[in-house]
Amino acid sequence: MKVAKGLFYTKDHEWVKVEGDEAFIGISDYAQHHLGDIVYVELPDVDDEFEKGEDFAAVESVKAASDVFMPVGGKVVAINEELMDDPALLNQDAFENWLIKVELADKSEVEELMNDEDYEKFLAEEE
Amino acid sequence: MHPYIANTPEDIQEMLKAIGLENVDQLFDDIPKDIKLSRELDLPKSKSELEVSSYLKKLADKNCSISELTSFLGAGAYDHYIPSIVNHVISRSEFYTSYTPYQPEISQGTLQYIFEFQTLIANLTGMDLANASLYDGGTAVVEAALMAAAYSKKDEIIISKSVKPDARKILHTYAHVQDLKVIEVDVKDGVTDMEALDGLVNDNTAAVIVQSPNFFGIIEDLEAIGKVAHKGKKTTFIASVDPISLGILKKPGDMDVDVVVGEGQSLGIPVSFGGPYLGFMAVKKDYVRKIPGRIVGQTEDLDGKRSFVLTLTAREQHIRREKATSNICSNQGLNSLAATVYMVTMGKEGLREVALQSTKKAHYAYEQLTKSGKFKPMFDKPFFKEFALTSDIAPEKINEALRKENIIGGYDLGKEYPQFENGILYAVTEKRTKDEIDKLTSVMEGI
Repeated sequence: MKVAKGLFYTKDHEWVKVEGDEAFIGISDYAQHHLGDIVYVELPDVDDEFEKGEDFAAVESVKAASDVFMPVGGKVVAINEELMDDPALLNQDAFENWLIKVELADKSEVEELMNDEDYEKFLAEEE
Repeated sequence: MHPYIANTPEDIQEMLKAIGLENVDQLFDDIPKDIKLSRELDLPKSKSELEVSSYLKKLADKNCSISELTSFLGAGAYDHYIPSIVNHVISRSEFYTSYTPYQPEISQGTLQYIFEFQTLIANLTGMDLANASLYDGGTAVVEAALMAAAYSKKDEIIISKSVKPDARKILHTYAHVQDLKVIEVDVKDGVTDMEALDGLVNDNTAAVIVQSPNFFGIIEDLEAIGKVAHKGKKTTFIASVDPISLGILKKPGDMDVDVVVGEGQSLGIPVSFGGPYLGFMAVKKDYVRKIPGRIVGQTEDLDGKRSFVLTLTAREQHIRREKATSNICSNQGLNSLAATVYMVTMGKEGLREVALQSTKKAHYAYEQLTKSGKFKPMFDKPFFKEFALTSDIAPEKINEALRKENIIGGYDLGKEYPQFENGILYAVTEKRTKDEIDKLTSVMEGI
């Protein structure tokens, strides 16, 4: 399973890529692999605000449907509309295809997340 | 031994022995003694089948139906003509005895007619898609409201008081347990009070619900209401419509309505003392992932042949039920088939003819009844096939006099709208003749 370097991860298999005061949020390769063929992605609206831990999206595959939770709090500034038309992009590359871009509410929340090395260790324990 | 219970006393003893009991009463030991009836029921001696069936027939004959009476009663259930082909088709045992399929793809015939029903409803309402039907017009209004709340993640539902009262009552019942706030908008001159509505719509508004033709038969200005409704962020504009009226009225889909629901009883289903009826729901594409109930789609099988499947069901209904906006997994199968056969039989021209004749006859009745001034119109607004009149005479008195002449009078508006005491709502369908309308007028003039 691929783990992208330089990103931050949650135990629910979301990732965060920080760029200044903003961040991209997506689901990890591990998540897409376990979900199987993804057929639908439900995304929030731009300007929606979420707290850390709140569910902000849902990903549906041929065998499951699961909520995606905010790794950090923030206000949605962009959503990846390509996923609405072609949800399978998440199966092709879960790191390239982000779900939403947020304006971080509190940058220090990122520090509570796992870095790529921690996440790799976490995955090894999960397996 | 009872003629219809096959177990002999010996059988019963054997069964009791097998479960370790002495007598049948012990099966009910869990029920506290003080609430148990400790004597025989006070019923007459048993009767023969012949006696029972003639007794029941006598009771049944006390009911009077629209087959022997002339009805001017509507208020949500209408006496439209049902072509005989409807009953012939739906009485086929393949359709008549089958429940909504739980292993759907094996029932291609059922899926095909549901697909056709959806297509007809979507075309009639001018919307992108329709579901496989809902229980009735009232629950369809509620399902639409719940969908709007889930779609917008908001909790205020605004509904006009010109929506039929039973639909509003069902909405209040559901809203109570779903923690939704229902706000009713007053009626002004027989239509939704636009100024009041304007003051109520805000960013917490999940849905604005109106009915057109409304409960008083009057055509609401859907375009204007839509503009007000859409001032709210992600607010869903829901219109409940009479499908027959769409034979001549503009399609809701062309008037910025997001969700169209309605009572489908008019489409080939008998009034049957109040049910079972047929709810329908059609939506814009944006709601395809949120629409409750079943949706049948057309596809191709392995051999490339046209076939039908259940599709796009919100996963919530099956595997994330706590997140579901609706747990409706069924549909009103037989009645949706009746509606399908009706619509296909009537066609575009036929439906237009039914609508035109109904509205023309309703307007003739309105003119005749208001001529002498004894009965006055309650509202001065364009109406479809129903209109409200008022007078100094109590509605019960009028309806009693009509009943003596084998006429079912109108609906007493004072029952649900205290401000409209003495108001009566009359419905006139294409089935009414000039003679029947003239008789109604002469009886009412004579009271």
